[in-house]
Amino acid sequence: MSYSKEQVRGLLLKLADMIDENKQMLTDLDAAIGDGDHGHNMARGFDAARVKLAQGPAEQDAEAMLKATAMALISNVGGAAGPLYGTLFLKGAATVKGKEELGLPDLADFLKAGIEGVQLRGKAILGEKTMLDVLIPVQASIAADAESGEPAPQSLEKAAALARACAEKTKEIAATKGRASYLGERSIGHIDPGAMSSCLMIETLAELVKGG
Amino acid sequence: MKKLINKPENVVDEMLEGLGLAYPQYLRRLENLEVMVRSNKKEGKVALVSGGGSGHEPSHAGFVGCGMLDAAVCGPVFTSPTPDQVFEAIKAVQTDAGVLLVIKNYTGDVMNFEMAMEMAEAEGIKVAKVVVDDDVAVMNSTWTVGRRGIAGTVLVHKIAGAAAEAGKSLEEVQAIGEKVIKNIRTMGMALTPCIVPAAGKPNFTLEEDEMEMGLGIHGEPGVRKEKIRTADEVVEELVGRVLEDQPLQAGDEVAVLVNGLGGTPLMELFIMNRKVNAILTAMGVKIHDTNVGNYMTSIEMAGASVSILKLDDELKGYYGAKADTVAYKHF
Repeated sequence: MSYSKEQVRGLLLKLADMIDENKQMLTDLDAAIGDGDHGHNMARGFDAARVKLAQGPAEQDAEAMLKATAMALISNVGGAAGPLYGTLFLKGAATVKGKEELGLPDLADFLKAGIEGVQLRGKAILGEKTMLDVLIPVQASIAADAESGEPAPQSLEKAAALARACAEKTKEIAATKGRASYLGERSIGHIDPGAMSSCLMIETLAELVKGG
Repeated sequence: MKKLINKPENVVDEMLEGLGLAYPQYLRRLENLEVMVRSNKKEGKVALVSGGGSGHEPSHAGFVGCGMLDAAVCGPVFTSPTPDQVFEAIKAVQTDAGVLLVIKNYTGDVMNFEMAMEMAEAEGIKVAKVVVDDDVAVMNSTWTVGRRGIAGTVLVHKIAGAAAEAGKSLEEVQAIGEKVIKNIRTMGMALTPCIVPAAGKPNFTLEEDEMEMGLGIHGEPGVRKEKIRTADEVVEELVGRVLEDQPLQAGDEVAVLVNGLGGTPLMELFIMNRKVNAILTAMGVKIHDTNVGNYMTSIEMAGASVSILKLDDELKGYYGAKADTVAYKHF
């Protein structure tokens, strides 16, 4: 099963809608342990991405669209989320260069390169109450499914459930990275907003793939 | 939310417009950017670029001018500016002597400024950085990303800015900035939260009889909530925490910064300073100079911080040099 560049465009626009719908919830999560702006910052970035996608040539390939999204996030989100999500899309975009059709193995590669970029930029590892706590297990699950030939809709349904569980699990972790780390133990009991936005993105992707 | 604004999304843009109109002799805005630069670019000296989220006025644009900053990059409220904005600031003020970035130690600020630094280096611009982490409320352990940069940053602007103005090299200005960072400590507290315009509501609550010790400057809660005490008792704890981290002895010389967070009247800041002075004087510490006012604010938050900078002859020399900016003047 594979997906075209039109579907990549559809996904990016859907992500922008989803972030917009959830911006207050993400901001509220951030207010509890950070500085209360994650949702609004992400929405500003994805609004800019939407404009960039509309301005770009209709025939642009998946790499160009993902790169345009990355640059929009880097230039408009600010905070830590801008460089981190920007890097995720930028490094990921490079892996789809020249590809007309994308499948599960390509998604695994995209996430792998993106995660490596995020780790280099943010200097965080698994278990520090960050977006990586969702992205790393999700990537591993998708990569394993790609290997065993699992169909994309089933693999992503699993990945979405895993993403949700991992985001919820960040509640139990005391933050050691980002602004939440200043709270130490007081950050326990709250979901990490970056883990939640990553979870929502995986869920959006799963829903889109499920619908064909 | 009760604020004198037009639209929450326009606050930074309209603030910078108003600032530029008020003080054209000091600074001007780069077209279509959230960057304020010194009106009269001085060639041949190291250019200082700082910035961060807005909401800390007069930081940082208020310190653009002779003897301090060459550019301030003003991000959205409490949100780091993006790398492209920082990059434009660097390009606008860079000279052959190079550019020093003064960054407050927050995950977002460091990442965005570092990305801008990489962009500038790719274009052959000489750039160095210092990262300010003066907040003693945060334990500098492996369990956090390190201490936050707060009000002490203003004195880094002052002293590194003076060294740059005096024609020191990029390496020298960076070393002097690092020396200030090593010698300065700050501890703050708040009586009320603040309201980020886009959020429209306070992001934490404090009861009528509560205060928060050790908070940051972004309305993020502090390390401990407790019953309110008198000004003298609060100052005793703030200064005590600072001295615990950097002990002072009789004969040491310091500069003091009693900083308001935006919603505390000068009356209260002066009352606090009286006690800071009494504590240090009783120890035999010589107070070389004192600054009392709103330098690094947190929108309308009520509260204050105390910074103490230990001086040596070199720092004293640059501290005494001329500075002429909107919000800091030293003649």
